[in-house]
Amino acid sequence: LAHGGGGTAMRDLIERVFVATFHPEGTPPLEDQARFDLAAFAAHGDRLAFTTDGFVVEPLEFPGGDIGKLAVCGTVNDLAVGGARPVALSAGFIIEEGLELERLRRIVTSMAMEAARAQVPIVTGDTKVVPRGACDGLFITTTGIGVIRPDYQISIAGARPGDVILINGSLGDHGAAILCARGDLALDVTIKSDCAPLHDLAAALLQAVPQVRAMRDATRGGLAGVLTELAEASRVAIGVDEAALPVRSEVAGVCEILGLDPLYLANEGKLVAVVAPEHAEAALEAMRAHPLGVDAAIIGKVAAEGRPGTVTLINRFGGRRAVTMPSGEQLPRIC
Amino acid sequence: METIETEILSVTGLVQGVGFRPFVWRLAQRLGLSGTVRNCGNAVEIVVCGPLDKRDALAEALRVEAPPRARVEGVTRIQGSPSNYMDFSIAPSGPGEVTAGIVPDLATCPACCAEIFDPGARRYHYAFTNCTDCGPRFSILSGLPYDRAHTTMASFSLCLACRADYENPADRRFHAEPIACPDCGPRLHFVGGDGQDYVGNQAFEVALALLRCGGILALKGIGGYHLACDATREDSVQLLRARKHRPTKPLAVMMRDLATAARYCALTQEERQALVDPSAPIVLVNRQDDSSLAPSLAPSLSPGLDRLGVLLPYTPLHHLLLDALAFPLVMSSGNRSGAPQVFEDDVALRDLAEIADGWLMHDRPIARRLDDSVVMVSAGAKRVLRRGRGLAPEPFLLAEDFLKAPPILALGADLKSAFCLIQGGRALLSHHLGDFNDPDSAATMDAAITDYSALFTHRLAAIAIDLHPDYRSADLGRRLAHDRSLPLIAVQHHHAHVAAVMADHGLPRSAGPVIGIVLDGLGFGDDGTIWGAEILLCDYARSRRLARLRPAPMPGSDRASLEPWRNLLASLDAAFGPQESMSRLHAAGRGPVLADRKISALRAMIKAGFNAPLASSAGRLFDAMAALLGVAPEIQTFEAEAAMTLEALARQASGEASNLPFLVTEVDGLKEIDPEPMWAAALHRLGAGEAPLMIAAGFHAGLAAIFAQVAVDEARRQGIGQIVLAGGVMQNALLFEALTAHVRAAGLGVLAPLRAPANDGGLALGQAVIASIRLMEAD
Ligand SMILES: [Fe+3]
Ligand SMILES: [Mg+2]
Ligand SMILES: [Zn+2]
Ligand SMILES: [Zn+2]
Repeated sequence: LAHGGGGTAMRDLIERVFVATFHPEGTPPLEDQARFDLAAFAAHGDRLAFTTDGFVVEPLEFPGGDIGKLAVCGTVNDLAVGGARPVALSAGFIIEEGLELERLRRIVTSMAMEAARAQVPIVTGDTKVVPRGACDGLFITTTGIGVIRPDYQISIAGARPGDVILINGSLGDHGAAILCARGDLALDVTIKSDCAPLHDLAAALLQAVPQVRAMRDATRGGLAGVLTELAEASRVAIGVDEAALPVRSEVAGVCEILGLDPLYLANEGKLVAVVAPEHAEAALEAMRAHPLGVDAAIIGKVAAEGRPGTVTLINRFGGRRAVTMPSGEQLPRIC
Repeated sequence: METIETEILSVTGLVQGVGFRPFVWRLAQRLGLSGTVRNCGNAVEIVVCGPLDKRDALAEALRVEAPPRARVEGVTRIQGSPSNYMDFSIAPSGPGEVTAGIVPDLATCPACCAEIFDPGARRYHYAFTNCTDCGPRFSILSGLPYDRAHTTMASFSLCLACRADYENPADRRFHAEPIACPDCGPRLHFVGGDGQDYVGNQAFEVALALLRCGGILALKGIGGYHLACDATREDSVQLLRARKHRPTKPLAVMMRDLATAARYCALTQEERQALVDPSAPIVLVNRQDDSSLAPSLAPSLSPGLDRLGVLLPYTPLHHLLLDALAFPLVMSSGNRSGAPQVFEDDVALRDLAEIADGWLMHDRPIARRLDDSVVMVSAGAKRVLRRGRGLAPEPFLLAEDFLKAPPILALGADLKSAFCLIQGGRALLSHHLGDFNDPDSAATMDAAITDYSALFTHRLAAIAIDLHPDYRSADLGRRLAHDRSLPLIAVQHHHAHVAAVMADHGLPRSAGPVIGIVLDGLGFGDDGTIWGAEILLCDYARSRRLARLRPAPMPGSDRASLEPWRNLLASLDAAFGPQESMSRLHAAGRGPVLADRKISALRAMIKAGFNAPLASSAGRLFDAMAALLGVAPEIQTFEAEAAMTLEALARQASGEASNLPFLVTEVDGLKEIDPEPMWAAALHRLGAGEAPLMIAAGFHAGLAAIFAQVAVDEARRQGIGQIVLAGGVMQNALLFEALTAHVRAAGLGVLAPLRAPANDGGLALGQAVIASIRLMEAD
C-alpha cells in the first residue's frame, strides 16, 4: 500500500475499501460530517454520552478478533457501561505504508460486520497513510455517541458499603490471547479474545436492575485496574473473593508460566457492575441469562469498614493481600 | 542541722522504667547516704550527701550493679551546695519530664519465678506476677508518660497489699506499674471450641489437658497470641501445619529451661546467654538429633533444616505451663496464613477458630502487636534477625555527628517492614510490623508511627523511602510527605543496608568511607535495574557501585523468586547458552531437575525481554544452586526457603570442600563477578560423582572467597580499613562466617549487623541516617 499525499490513490483506497464496506448500498454520503435529528435523541433519553478511544494492538489480528472489531467493541463498551444506548460511531485510521491491502480489507470488513451486528452504524471517518515506521501497521480511533435514560445514575463514584460486585465472565482472556498470538513467547496454546460489544448485556442488566450504582469495562489494567479506580473514586474499601474469580484454565496456565496475574490482564468483553445487596441476585440472573454473561459471578463486595481506596484479595484460607496498580512495568518486589 | 558535702549525679542512658530509682535507693541505704533521686528529662538525677568515698562507691555501683535492663551511658558528677537530708528518698518526677520511660518487655525475673513456685507466697501460681525487673512494658503501654494509668493495667485497681508493695522503696515492686496479684490483677480464662468457658485455675488445667492430648491451644502472651502444641508429637505438629496452611516454615519451640534446651540442641556459651537474656528471643540453634532423648522432637518442626528456633518461657504463665507439662511446646505465631499475628481477643476468637481447639486467654489487653524477636549467634556475636518483643523500642545511640541531626522518618521496605525515627543522636527503629502485602499494614504502620512519634517532640524535617517505584512503603511515605509538606528523600536499597550497619555500630563520619559487601534478595538500583549482590564504596551520604554479580534474567519476575528452578535455567543459559546448558546438566546427571518444565516458554520470555528483568541477586543465585542440588522446593512458601536448605546441606559437609571458582571481569569500569566457571565446576564435579553437600559447601566457600577478595582489593586500593557486611543473605551463617574470616585474615576490620536485622527489617535505620546526613549537608 502506497497512498500518501491524499491524491487519487487515497481516494481510490477510500472508495474500494471503506465506502464499499461501510455503505454497501452504494449511497456514499461524502459529506465531512454525519448529521443527526436532535428530536430522535431527546426521545431516547436526557443525556448525550460521548466517548473516544485509540486502538493499537500487536498483532493486528488474533484469535477472537482483530483491531477493527476491537475498535468497535471498545467504544460501544465505553458507552454501554455509562448506561448509554450507543447511537453511532466514527472511525479514524492511521495506516502504515506497506500494509497489505487484503489485510486492511479483512480488518475493515470485520469492523463493519461488528458494527452491523451491534446495530451501531459507523457514520463518518477518516483515513491517513503514513510512511513506513511512522506507525505500527494500523492504528484506529473510534468515537461514539449514545443516549442515557433519565433514570440511570451510574457512576464510578457510586459504590457504597455493603454493595455487591459482579463480573460477566472470565478474566484475562483478551490479554492472554494477545500474548499467545504474539508468537515470540512460545506458548503452545491458542486462547480466544473475549472481544465483544456489551451494550446489549448492559441493557439487559439495567432492565432488571435500573439502580446499578457503578459499571466499568475491565480493559487495560484488568479487573485490578477497575477495582482500584472504583475504590478510589467511591472512597470505599473493596474485598474480592479470590475463589470466586472466573479464570479459564488455559489463561491461568499462561499466567503461571509468564508470572502474570489474571487480575491485571486486559479484557475486551467484560464489565464490572456494582449493585446494592438486595439487587445482587437479580443482577446475576439477568447477566447469566445473556449469552455474554453465562459465566457471570459475584466476585466481592464493598466492605463496611477498612481504609477507603483499598482493594483486598481474600484467598480461600482467609489470607488477605492488598491489590495495587504498579506505576509502570511490573518490577519484582520480593526481596 | 549541720550541712555536709553534697553532689549531684546525672545518669544518662536507658535508666527509666527499668527500676533504676529503687535501685539507687537501695544503694543509698546500703552506703548510708542521704539525698534524693528522681527522673529528670532523659536522665536520672541523684542528689547525695555524704563522705567522698561513699559517693565514689555509689557512682561506681551505678555502672556495675545497674538493673539488668538498664544501660548506663554516662554519669556526670557536679558539686552541689552543702546541705543535709533526713534520709534518702525518691522524689516525684517533674510534670512532663518522663519521656524516655519506654522500655521493652522483660522476661520474668528469677525472683518472680521463685515466687510463683513458692506455695507460701502470695503470688503462688499467679500467671501475671511481675516486678520492676520484669514483666510487660511496651506491650501494655497505651500512652505517655509511663505510669499505670497509661497502661492496659489502668482498669485494675490495686489491692491494699499490692499498694503497699508499690509504695515501698525497699520492695522490688516499688513503682512497678503492672504490679498485680490474684486478688486484684488479671485472670485467666479458657474458651473451648464448644464455647465452654472456664476461669482461673480451672482454665489453666483445661488448657493443660488440651495440650496433653495433642490439641492446638491459642495462647495469649505478651505481644500477641501463639498457637501452641506438643513439640514432640508429629501428629500435632502436622495438624497445626495443615490448619495454618504452612507446610514447611520452621516452627519455634519453647523449652522448659536452659537445661532442657541444652538436651535438645547443641548450645554455645553465647547462645545460652542469648536464651536467658531478659528479651527472651527465639534463638536459632543447632538441633541435636539424639535418638536417646525421650520424648524426641517432632521431625517436621524445621524440615530440611539443621537449625531450630528455641526460646525459654518469658511470662509466669509460660513457666507454669511448661513446668506442668512433660514436653516442650511449639510456639507458632497465632495467625491465619499470611496474616499478621493476632493480639486482640475478639480477633483471636474469630481468626483462629479453624486452627485452635481452645483459647487460653486473660483480661489484660495487649496494647500493640509485638512479634517474638529472633536472634542468631554467628561469628561469635549475637545478631538480631527480627526485632520485636523484648528489643523494641530500645533506641540506637548514633555517633556524635547525629546529635544535631534533623528529625527524620524512614519507612523501610515492603517485607519485614519497620520504620525508623531519628533525632538528637538517637534512632528508634520500630518493631517488626509485618509485610506490606497485608492490606492492614499501612494502617498498622500509621498507628505505630503515631505511637513512636510521641517519644519525640520535634516536628519531622523529612521522610526517607526506598527508591523502588512500586514499594507500598514508599507510597505511604509519599502520602505522608505530601500531607505534611515535607521533603522526600529516596535512598538506594543497598546503600541503606550498609548505612544501617554503620549506624548499628555508631560509626562516626570521621571514620571515612567503607567498602560494603551487600548480598541480598532484590533491591532497586541507581540505574533502574534490580541489584542484590554488590560491592559498594560508601559513606553516610553517598555510595558508588564498584562491583556486582553478573546479572541474570528472572523469567516471570516475582514468580522467579518463588520458583527456584527458574533461576537455575536462567543462570545456566546465561553461562553456557541454551544448547550447552542442557547437555552439561545431563552430563552431570542432574537433567531431572529441569525435566517437565516449560523451558521453551521461559527461554522465549528471556529472549523477548518479556517479564524477565535482569537482576544481580545473590538470593536468586542461591535459589539456582539449591535447585541444581535438588534441595529447593517447587514453590517457596517462606522467604529464603531454598537458600536455607542449601545452607543446611552445606553444613553437613565434613572436611574442607574445595571452592567453586568465580571469574572477575571488568565491564565499563565496573567489576563483574561472573559465575560461569562456578557453574562449570559444579556440573563437572557432580558429573564426577561428588556429593551435592560438598558442592553446596564449595559454593558457599567460593562465593565468600570471591566477594571478600574483590572487596579487600578495593579496600587496599582506596586505603580503607573497614569492610561492612550487609544484606539479608548475611543471615546465612556459613557464608557470613567465611566472609568474616577472609576479611579479618586480610588484616581489615569487619562491621556486620548486630542489633538491626541484616534483612530489610533493618533498612529504615540506614535510610534515616543517610537522609539525615544529606539534609545536614544541604544546609
Ligand atoms: Fe534487602
Ligand atoms: Mg509468624
Ligand atoms: Zn520480677
Ligand atoms: Zn493485689
